[in-house]
This record gives sequence, C-alpha cells and structure tokens, in this order.
Amino acid sequence: MNESRDILIIDDEEVILDAIKKIALFEGYSSDICLNVSEAESYLQQKKYSLIICDIMMPDKDGFEFLKIVQQKRISTPVVITTGFSTLENAVKSLYDGAVGFIPKPFTVEELVSIIRRGIEYGKIFSNKYDLNIDNTQDLLSYVPCPPKYYRLGCDSWMNIEKDGICSIGVCDLFIKSIGTLKEFELLNREQTIYQGGTSAKIIENSDHSHQLLSPLSGKIIEVNEHIITDKILLEKDPYFQGWIYKIIPDNLEYELNNLTPCSTDI
Amino acid sequence: MLLKFHRIGTKLIIIVSFTVITILGVFTYFSIKSQSENLITEVERHANQLSETIRHSTRFDMLANRREHVHNIINTIGEEKGINNLRVLNKEGEIIYSIHPKEIGEMVDKNAESCYACHAENEPLQKLSIEERTRIFKLHPDSARTLGIINPIYNEPSCWEADCHAHYKSQTVLGVLDISVSLADVDAVASENSRNMILYTLLAIIIIAIILRFAVNYLIRKPVGKLVKATNYVAIGNLNHRIDSARKDELGRLANSFDNMTKKLSEMRLQLVQSDKLASMGKLAAGVAHEINNPLTGVLTYSSFLLKRAQDNPEMKSDLEVIVRETKRSREIVKGLLDFARQSTPRRGKVNINETIENALIILKNQIKFKHIHLTKNLRKDLPEIPGDSNQIQQVILNLVVNSIDAIGEQDGNITITTNEIRLSPYGVAKITTATCPKGHDLMDTDHRIDGSPSIRMKAKSKNNEGFVYLDPVYGNHHHFYGIEFDKDEIIKLHCPHCGVTLIDDNETGPDCGAPVYNIIIPNQGTLKGCTKFGCGWQQWDFVDKSGEKNFTEITIKDNGCGINKEDLDKIFDPFFSTKGQKGTGLGLSVIWGIIDNHKGKITVDSEIGKGTSFTIHLPE
Repeated sequence: MNESRDILIIDDEEVILDAIKKIALFEGYSSDICLNVSEAESYLQQKKYSLIICDIMMPDKDGFEFLKIVQQKRISTPVVITTGFSTLENAVKSLYDGAVGFIPKPFTVEELVSIIRRGIEYGKIFSNKYDLNIDNTQDLLSYVPCPPKYYRLGCDSWMNIEKDGICSIGVCDLFIKSIGTLKEFELLNREQTIYQGGTSAKIIENSDHSHQLLSPLSGKIIEVNEHIITDKILLEKDPYFQGWIYKIIPDNLEYELNNLTPCSTDI
Repeated sequence: MLLKFHRIGTKLIIIVSFTVITILGVFTYFSIKSQSENLITEVERHANQLSETIRHSTRFDMLANRREHVHNIINTIGEEKGINNLRVLNKEGEIIYSIHPKEIGEMVDKNAESCYACHAENEPLQKLSIEERTRIFKLHPDSARTLGIINPIYNEPSCWEADCHAHYKSQTVLGVLDISVSLADVDAVASENSRNMILYTLLAIIIIAIILRFAVNYLIRKPVGKLVKATNYVAIGNLNHRIDSARKDELGRLANSFDNMTKKLSEMRLQLVQSDKLASMGKLAAGVAHEINNPLTGVLTYSSFLLKRAQDNPEMKSDLEVIVRETKRSREIVKGLLDFARQSTPRRGKVNINETIENALIILKNQIKFKHIHLTKNLRKDLPEIPGDSNQIQQVILNLVVNSIDAIGEQDGNITITTNEIRLSPYGVAKITTATCPKGHDLMDTDHRIDGSPSIRMKAKSKNNEGFVYLDPVYGNHHHFYGIEFDKDEIIKLHCPHCGVTLIDDNETGPDCGAPVYNIIIPNQGTLKGCTKFGCGWQQWDFVDKSGEKNFTEITIKDNGCGINKEDLDKIFDPFFSTKGQKGTGLGLSVIWGIIDNHKGKITVDSEIGKGTSFTIHLPE
C-alpha cells in the first residue's frame, strides 16, 4: 500500500474506461482502469484509492458483488456505481448496498466530474471519522448522523414517518458536507410525484457542479419547505429537522422501507 | 330416434312410464274388480229372481203333482241363453227334475256344491240369505265360471194337505231348486275392459313419451347443447362466445353465469396478456437500454469532453454542441423506453398532457420524419395538470400515433394532435343506480353486472326473437349486453320485464337517427332517454346534464390515412380485434380503452374510409 491513486475504474468496456480515465486526468485525478472485479481486487491490494467507479453488468462478478467484497474487506474507499441499465431499482440497490453515488450511463463530462468530486469528498469525511487521532474540534469535515428513528437511502437522503401516513424527506448531512458551498436548489413542485431512486432535487454548488439527490421514497409531494429556499443555510445548519425538503404521501411505504437503511444501525 | 339410455330424456321417459304403468295398473285392477263384482251381483239378482219365478210357476203343478208340467216349465226356461243347469233335488238328494235328462234319478252328495251351504252345519236351516245361497265355481279348470244359486222349497200346509200326500207335515224342506248360470259374458266384459285399459295405458305412455321427448328437447337438450358448444369454444380459447340465453330457468341461470364467467375470464386474460406484454417489453427495453447506453456513453463523454476543450474554437464548438445535444436526445429516448417498461405498476400522479405528448413524440420523431409525415401540434398552453399515470397516457398517445402512422402507410400524410380544455356534461361518467318503468317496477338487475355495476334490464323484441337487453348503467357508456341478436339498424321494442308495459315514447324521436326513443324513469332524478335503433348510441339525461358540467382535457389525434370500415368501427376497441392482420396483436386499442376508462375518461373514434381517422380522448380534471 505504498502507492496511491485517486480513482480506480472498473468497467467491461474499454471505450468507457478510456473516456473516464481521460476526463479524470483532465480534471487532475490519477486513475487505474480494470476490466473486471478480480483485477480490481488485486489493484486494491497493491494501491490505495480515493474513489472507485464501478459498472454493474460485467461478465464475471457484477457491481453489487463488488460492493459486498468492499464491505467484507472493510475497504473504506467510497464506491460510485454506474450502469447502462439505469433503472430506479438499480439506483436504490446500489445506494442500499453501500455505494455513495449512482450515475446512469450515458453521462456528460460535467455529470461525471460532479460525482467524482463528491465521491472523493466522501472518502475524506470517512477517513476523518475513522482516524480518531485527528483533532476534531475545529474541523469542518465531520458530519451529523441521522436521528435514530429515521431511515436513509445510502448517504443521499433521509425519510421520517410522521403522523397520518405523511412522510417528510430531506437530505443527509453527509451529502451536504460532501459538496461545496451551496449555490442553488432546484426543487420539484407540490402535487408532483417522486419515485424511490429517482431525482428529487438538484443541488448546485458555487463551482456550478450540480448534484442530483435521489429520493428515499415514492409518493406525491404535498408540501415543499419554502424556508430552505429563502434560507439556504438552514439545510446545512439543521438538515434533519428544520431543513426538511418535502412532505409526501408515500405510494408504497411498506415495500420501499425494505430498500432503506434504518438510521438506528449507524450508532 | 335411437333410444340412448344414458340420456336424461330416455331416463325420464322410462321413469314416467313405470309410474304410469303402476298407477294405471292399480287403478285398472280395482276398477275391473268392482265392475265385475257389480255385474255378478246383477247376475245373482237375476238368477235369484229366475229361481223364485220358477218356484212360483211350478208351485201349482207341484201341488197338483203334475210332474210333466213341471218338466215342461223347467225345460222351457232351461233353454234360455246363459243357463247352464236347472234342476230340482228332493230331500234325499235325488235329482228329480233337470234340463239334462241324464241326471234325473242321480243322487247328489251332501258335500256337493248345491248342498254345502245348508248342510255344512249339519243342521237344517230355516232361511238362507241370497249371498249364502249363491256360489261361484268352475266345472272344469278351463271352463268359464259358473254362478250357482239354490232355492230351498219349504214345506207348507198346502203341501201336506194335498191329495197326493207325498209330504208330511213334519218336513221342513221338501227339496232344492238349483240353477247354474254361466258367467262367461261377465268374464268377457271384464277381460275386454282390462284389455282396453292396457291399451289406454300403452297409448298414454306413448303420448307422454312424445311430450316428454319434446319437453326434454326444449328444456334440457337444446340449452345443454348450447352450453356444451360454449364450453368447447372456451376450451379452444374463444372467450368472446356468449350463450345469450333469455331463459329464466336453472339452465338459463347457468348459461348467464357461464357468460359472466367467460366475460370475467376474457377480462382476466386481457389483463394477463397485457401484463405479459408489458413484462416482455420491459425485458426488451432493459436489454436495448443497456446495449445502447454503453456506446452512447462513449459518444457523450468524448463529445462533451471535446466540447469542454474547444471553448475557444467557435466553429468546432457549435458542431460539438450538436453532437452532445443529439446524444442527450438519444439518452432521453432510451430513458423513455425504460419508463415505458416501468408502467406495469401504474403510478398515480399529475399528468402534464402536453409534456406527455412531447415525450411520446420524441420516441416517434424519426419514424415520423422517415415516412415524410407532416405533424401539426395545436397544444393549448395553459392546460391544467390532470390526475393520472403519465406513463399510461404516454402509452395511449404513442399507440394512437403509431396507428396513425400505420394508417398513412407509404403516402405523404398529415397527423394533427390537438389539446384543448372543454366543459362537458357528466356524459359517460354519471352512473344510474335506480331505474323503473312508468309503472314503478324496478329495472335494476344485480345479477347481470356491466363493468362491475348492476345493469338495467329490459325485455326486448326483435323481428323474430324475444329476450333481454342489459343497458350499461353509466350514462353515455355503451357496454350494453344484448341477450338476443338484432339486425343492423333494427328498431328494438323495449318493455318492462315485470309488467310488459312499453318503454317507448312514440311521440318522440331521437335527434341522431330519427328512431323512436325509450324512456326510463330514474326516481327523483328525471328520465333517461335513449335511441331504440340498434347501434345508435344517443342518450339524454337532462337532470344530470343540467346539474354538473365538468372540465375535461380533450386530446384529438387526427390523420388522413386509410380510415376504418364502418362495420369495424364498433369493434376496434374489442380485445384481439385487428385490421393489421399478422402485423398486430389487436390489443393496442383495447388497452388504450382500458387506460382511458381507468382514468374515468372517454375515447371516441370517428373515421371515414379513404379520408382518415380521428380519435378524441376526454380526460376529467
């Protein structure tokens, strides 16, 4: 583990590997590419990476199996999943299995760069969390975990069951911390329908990189938090209570809860 | 007709025949018995009278002891038809007179037939009643029956005082007059009667068998035959066959419930086929999406990467922008395919109709361009969003536009898509829950449901048939169920099924085709009027029309393609009906109909051969 690289890219298509590698290099990230999971495993034994980008459908082992291996081997490097089979289900499953992000193919350079930046930030926050020797008193990277009775979709979004079958949903602190200074939100309107694993909001940072927040639940939006639009700091200050985004009537709460992680397991 | 013993009819005939034989047999036995008893009584009375007559008429000759005279009288009477024997015995049992001269002088045993009645007790009896003096016997086992009657000749003063002094005063009975009468006639009548009765019984059985044969044929064989035929149809997969029985009996109910079952089955199969189709389309779309998305990634990443680096080369930049834009468009098409695959689970949301139309057109853009079709969009800008599943609505638009493209074929054509907001009466929405005839009889039939709701049952007469018509309870909907067949454009005569009163108002004619109008009373909610012409869909319910008009979004998709045959126009929303031959499955329009119906909307079609077709959809807001 002497050497270190920024990104490990796993995909069975060389065109995609080359494209990502080129873009990463252009943005100043060093990277290694490999065509399958076993190759990736040997790379991971030799080098240290800040981020892994992995495809789902590959000949030997698929992306979900790779996520399991990462978990078993306690590799702290964040994983971003990408796939051409970009269904909502795959997005949800990726995040549930521990990926920090999901980027459907085909993507543009901007979309890729946004998610690479965010993924690397996740890595920094994680290493900070695990490394107890660092003095935490003044650092900006540590994050506030979800309240225990909440459920979360990966590190993206949370949901909380309120009274009368209404759920509030919002963005996890880790997601906010992983992006730079907030510039703008693009929220959906009342009465619109969101789907679990679908885009529920677009968050644009000062550097103009935009990030898509995936929704933890499917349902109809009945209320949008107007306060976070006028007072953007609210989202950073109190993401779990005052900083909620939508109140929704869930479509299929019971079923969709299976795809969410209870926040009580985080502590 | 060959008798087949497993048939219900044959079994019924056998059972009924046995019953008839038993009943008539018992009846005949007792009737013949009482008849012959009466006859015998009559014969008995007659013989008794005869015997008394003989006794009285010979009395004088006896007293005068003129034996020749007595002989003459006995012989003369003995010649009468039916008299077998006529004899007089004296006290010792010697035959002194007889019509058979050979017998005279013979002794009759005390135990013989003639003597038994009196001498059984071994005591001389004073008087004997008629019954005791008669007996019926057979001389030979194979001869006719004979009735014998004895008449004792009692001693009396004139006998012992007579000059001949043949009898003493102490004697009680001087002799016995014994007459035997043949019962052959009586037996002949009795046997003739029983022969007649057997004949009648056979006749009755034959008549009953014939009646039963026709009754069974009408009541059982025909309806069962129809049921068997219908089950065979279902077995080979034709779920559209209906028995349409107007009968009210058990088999009629069975037929109706069978119809109901096949209807439900066909609906279920439709759903199954649809979900199956969607599932396979989902797989296809997923496969296509994956296969296309990977190469698209190469194009999009490299082109956007180049674009990023070509910021200071305006000419190259604009070209690259085209590549990025078009690749992004391809991405949207694939995304549309994936969304399309996802609709097996309907998701209720808000639908922006114009956006949905645009999304559907993105998928079809190249097809439209390739076929040189001129597409006109007249989309109203300020349309409100309507409740519904945007994917399903998109599928509807997609299928209708594909149909239009197919209808246009090779020629250059036009497709016009128009959206608008209109106010409509609750036509096609309001449901009738109570309905009566003018005399107040309930017309609602909860047994026969149309789209799950009780229907309105009316008695209907066609030119050569009579049956029931079940009216769709949704005002303006035409899922009527016709129990009998009608000719095209035939005027249906409608009556109340309870009291038979006519439901037709002769003074009023429908505005569409001028045919008579039927009136159905909707209690407290006015009258439902409708056209009686088969195939005409005009209905009017003023009460509801006035009470609530609602806003609808109207989508019209119009083409100048080949058009649809008038005959086919009624059927195009039926499942598996297709004019595309091998090309289509025939599911498209029925699925569309189902989706629009699910949205509480309405889809109508207007078409003319060679001029084009226009589909109009109304969706409630």
